[in-house]
Amino acid sequence: MSVVRRSRWSYLSLQQAPLLLAFVMLGITVAAYVLFFDLRLHHLPTAFAWDSTISNALPLVFVAAGQGIVVLTRSLDLSVGGIMDLTNSLAATHMHSSVPSMLLWSLIVLAVGGATGLVNGLLVTVGRLQPIVVTIATMSILQGLAAWVLPQPGGNIPASYTNILANSNSPLGLVFIGVVAVFWLLLRRFRLGIALYAVGNDAEAANALGINVRRIRTSAFVLSGIMSAAAGLFLAAGSSGGDATGGDSYLLASFAAVVLGGVSFFGGRGSVIGVVCGAGVVTLLVSVLFYANVNSFYESFYQGIFLIGAVLLGMVVTSLAQRRARGSLRRSRRRW
Amino acid sequence: MLEAVDIAKSFGEVQALAGASFSLAPGEVHGLVGENGAGKSTLIKVLSGVLRPDRGQVFLNGRRVVVPSPAVARRLGLGTVFQELTLLRWMTVAENLLLDDLPRGRGGLVQRRKLADRAAAVLSSYGVESIDPLEVPDRLSLADQQILEIVRTLRRQPSILLLDEPTASLSAGQVDWLFAQVRRFRTEGGSVVFTSHRWKEVEELVDRLTVFRNGRDVATRERLDESEAVVLMTGRRLGEMYPPVPTATSEDVLLEVREVRSNVLDGVSFSVRRGEILGIGGLAGQGQRELFLTLFGARRAKGGEIVVGGQRRRIRRPKDAIRSGLGIALVPEDRKQEGLLLPLSVRDNLTLPVVGRFAIAGLIRRAEERRHVGELIARLQVKTTRSGSQAVETLSGGNQQKVLIGRWLLAGAQVLLLYDITRGVDLGTKHDLYKLVAELAEAGHAIVFYSSDTDETAHLCQRVLVMREGRVVRELAGAQVEPEAIVAASVMETAEV
Ligand SMILES: Nc1ncnc2c1ncn2[C@@H]1O[C@H](COP(=O)(O)OP(=O)(O)O)[C@@H](O)[C@H]1O
Ligand SMILES: [Mg+2]
Repeated sequence: MSVVRRSRWSYLSLQQAPLLLAFVMLGITVAAYVLFFDLRLHHLPTAFAWDSTISNALPLVFVAAGQGIVVLTRSLDLSVGGIMDLTNSLAATHMHSSVPSMLLWSLIVLAVGGATGLVNGLLVTVGRLQPIVVTIATMSILQGLAAWVLPQPGGNIPASYTNILANSNSPLGLVFIGVVAVFWLLLRRFRLGIALYAVGNDAEAANALGINVRRIRTSAFVLSGIMSAAAGLFLAAGSSGGDATGGDSYLLASFAAVVLGGVSFFGGRGSVIGVVCGAGVVTLLVSVLFYANVNSFYESFYQGIFLIGAVLLGMVVTSLAQRRARGSLRRSRRRW
Repeated sequence: MLEAVDIAKSFGEVQALAGASFSLAPGEVHGLVGENGAGKSTLIKVLSGVLRPDRGQVFLNGRRVVVPSPAVARRLGLGTVFQELTLLRWMTVAENLLLDDLPRGRGGLVQRRKLADRAAAVLSSYGVESIDPLEVPDRLSLADQQILEIVRTLRRQPSILLLDEPTASLSAGQVDWLFAQVRRFRTEGGSVVFTSHRWKEVEELVDRLTVFRNGRDVATRERLDESEAVVLMTGRRLGEMYPPVPTATSEDVLLEVREVRSNVLDGVSFSVRRGEILGIGGLAGQGQRELFLTLFGARRAKGGEIVVGGQRRRIRRPKDAIRSGLGIALVPEDRKQEGLLLPLSVRDNLTLPVVGRFAIAGLIRRAEERRHVGELIARLQVKTTRSGSQAVETLSGGNQQKVLIGRWLLAGAQVLLLYDITRGVDLGTKHDLYKLVAELAEAGHAIVFYSSDTDETAHLCQRVLVMREGRVVRELAGAQVEPEAIVAASVMETAEV
């Protein structure tokens, strides 16, 4: 005797409702972007407009992806902005326009991010401190270090570096977004990815199942550190220089992207793909507000309203989907 | 095979295990029985590497072993189904089942389709067809979650299986399934440790059993009849379970109910005097619950009068009941839903509604608060620390019940509505609760008592009202209050219709 198994898609659509919603929201914001662009400039967005929007989005895509991984393990990383501060300052002060220098400093910067993540992770897991306490402290330390490395905004990023990481004349940025997506899809299918979810679902249970919870949680912080460092590189490349406070605004934006991306703050549910969409939404929203002629003074006001609206919508849609599914499940369940 | 010697484990001031020993013979099913809080689960957690014992030794096949982590326990051949489920709620059934043995393909990538297929095969090899591998446990029934947990443990083919209350949420048919699995496991040479609250199940399944009391093993037997088991588990005889019924002498009527109506209640009238325990009987679902909730103001009455201490009162919400002169308080069967703040301490739960009383100009006098709390904990015999700093959620159900009663006593309630307060409570704590009820009556409270166990009603109450279809159909008093009489009154009246 065998049960009628429902199709894979019927489960996916239910379990991944927040992810689907993130796609829908991205679609809507893209449409709004096109609409307001056209209303304002009387033509559709040019290739250049698209390319520069995409490269603008890159720092947030990376930092939010890292944040998303940490949130999946039911934790949070407040130091991501600080890591971006330090790393973009380092790049702006040290990188020369020779290929070895660019490569070397990219790697050093990523290593700095990873090391910061490792410190965060060890303090949280071995030191048994609250993530919020640890990362708020490291954030502050990193901000101080950044100011020491680069007291005034400036420095220099080689033009060829900018051409690779922040090229507004080609859709190269899509490749980097693709890299994040593929990285995640692969990670999700390795033991580490599955363990990340397990820890986020229930750390105690994961431990009882033989998962090394400390190692997994530390890994999440390390990944977040590396991603934030990459975000710092994109930020430096995009502005052809450094700014020791340039990363600060990315902290809150990364949480906004995580929320819009449908990752649960209770851990264990959601997808980094959704977070990438969320980062797209947050970035596009700024452009939409600009073309809609909203005074940039009120920008954050509208962003906040939008965020709350989006989250509420997400909750309603998810609970509706669940209720429907539960009904059909009840009808189909065989009793013993 | 597996032997635990003199294991001790404390949580703060609570001593969960105080030198417990037991030994599992090869190829046997060994039952662990004892009241809630006797330490069974703690012992199982120690053996499974989840908890480190403070003292004591574990031997496996005659050799001393240390079990520092669940992973090590697994390697030693132990498979455990814990009392609290350890499923990952939002990961698929397949991932849950095969987490430690994921099918990998090229480059170590997990193969999703194969994962689902293999999980389905595993489930059906244990005769489980009703759980879909792509579903997430969050959306499975509690019973299915429990079954999944059992299959997950069996699949690893341990040589020793530890099952902590695996039947708590299973239906009769599912229990049969589990027993078949356990027996198959035993014939294949495995040994099993099994705990359950249902005596019948223990009798049916186990080859030997060890009785636990207060963190110690008190006896290991091959056969034990129920009354002897009660003595061993509680240290009391069955007949001594109930305290003598207090004799109500006062004529002082504290609560009078006249013709109360609601959607369910059809004109209920009665009165309770100071020092009286009035039982409400009848078959389940004849409006008893409605009556209690209505008197407490948690349901609206459609008509009738409630007279508290000689004065008519309107009770539209629980706040009215508590403030109605003498104070009416409800202690329901489900503590979790009715006002205990589970993560907070016993002390906070006791004093939260009245904390202002210990304050001078807004400053809480902690010493004063602690004194009251200490007295109350002693009087109610709550099994916790004297300072009351333990979180309520870590108490057993019966002790949570005592905390809720204590809160109402502190709040000064004189009329206590006790609705099925012993449901799911272990024998020893039941006994404490009976004694407490009798003492409260003697101290001058008026008590309205409902229990789904007619024996309790008969043994505790001076007077019993039998309800049917929202009405009181029979009043039994004095010598008439017998379990048989209550049952007869409930059943016969119903049968006549
Ligand atoms: N994590 C914990 N923290 C504090 N007290 C605990 C904890 N786990 C169990 N206890 C206490 O230890 C005692 C034994 O509990 P337990 O082993 O669960 O008993 P049983 O399984 O026999 O019902 C109880 O008094 C319980 O309140
Ligand atoms: Mg237990």
